[in-house]
Amino acid sequence: MTPEVVGFWVLAITLVGSALGVVLTKNLFHSVLWLALGLISTAGVFLLLDAEFLAAVQVLLYAGGVITVVVFAIVVTEKLVGEKISHTSTRLAGGIIVAAGLFGMLASIIQRAGLDKPRPEMTGDATAAIGMSLLTKFVLPFELLGVLLLAGLIAASYFARPEE
Amino acid sequence: MPLSAYLTLSAILFSIGLFGVITRRNTVGILLGVELMLNAVNINLVAFSRFHGTEVGMVFSLFAICITVAEVAIGLSLVILLFRMRRTAIADQIDWLKG
Repeated sequence: MTPEVVGFWVLAITLVGSALGVVLTKNLFHSVLWLALGLISTAGVFLLLDAEFLAAVQVLLYAGGVITVVVFAIVVTEKLVGEKISHTSTRLAGGIIVAAGLFGMLASIIQRAGLDKPRPEMTGDATAAIGMSLLTKFVLPFELLGVLLLAGLIAASYFARPEE
Repeated sequence: MPLSAYLTLSAILFSIGLFGVITRRNTVGILLGVELMLNAVNINLVAFSRFHGTEVGMVFSLFAICITVAEVAIGLSLVILLFRMRRTAIADQIDWLKG
């Protein structure tokens, strides 16, 4: 058992457990906290895959940004109605059938694809390579992403503006 | 671990997220399911990128993460707006377009 195998299994069990927590728990706030655990263990998976920069982005943007925004939204909406938001599930049988069918299909494709090669050795620094291609090959999408984030910021503050 | 282990983990997470999107009644709960699905896709992209030995997949998942953040901000501001107008977050009750 190498450290990578141990780390993979620990992270895989945490990830699947927290994902089940997100979709099954009855309390919306607990759902969000389970999602936070899942996103942080995803950052761990990125570390296993030698993507340190993406792990940092994952923790900063997802666990820091998204979770905070969702918690704010829950607090604000609960204050608006003055009661707890209902967080129940319906159509459980249909959900299980669709999800299990999709997983079966994906698993059989992955099995047949023959992807059991070991990973190649790391050549160079992944973070430096990401930075180089972001500002050379992908500079146009990078700038467009800035425009998208600005538009998202303006739209979000317009939709959630105080009532006149 | 071989690439297929990472892909299987990501397929499990994607299916759980899809299950959440189908079964949750609350719009915020549905959004959390979508987050899980996007997260699974990011694991897939990074694993393929690492095993292929190029950084392009990592750049792609970086874009995906940033776009997800914008999506969550707009989605939640729409939820707050719906709450003001309708006092509900249940997706089945948002049926203005129903004839």
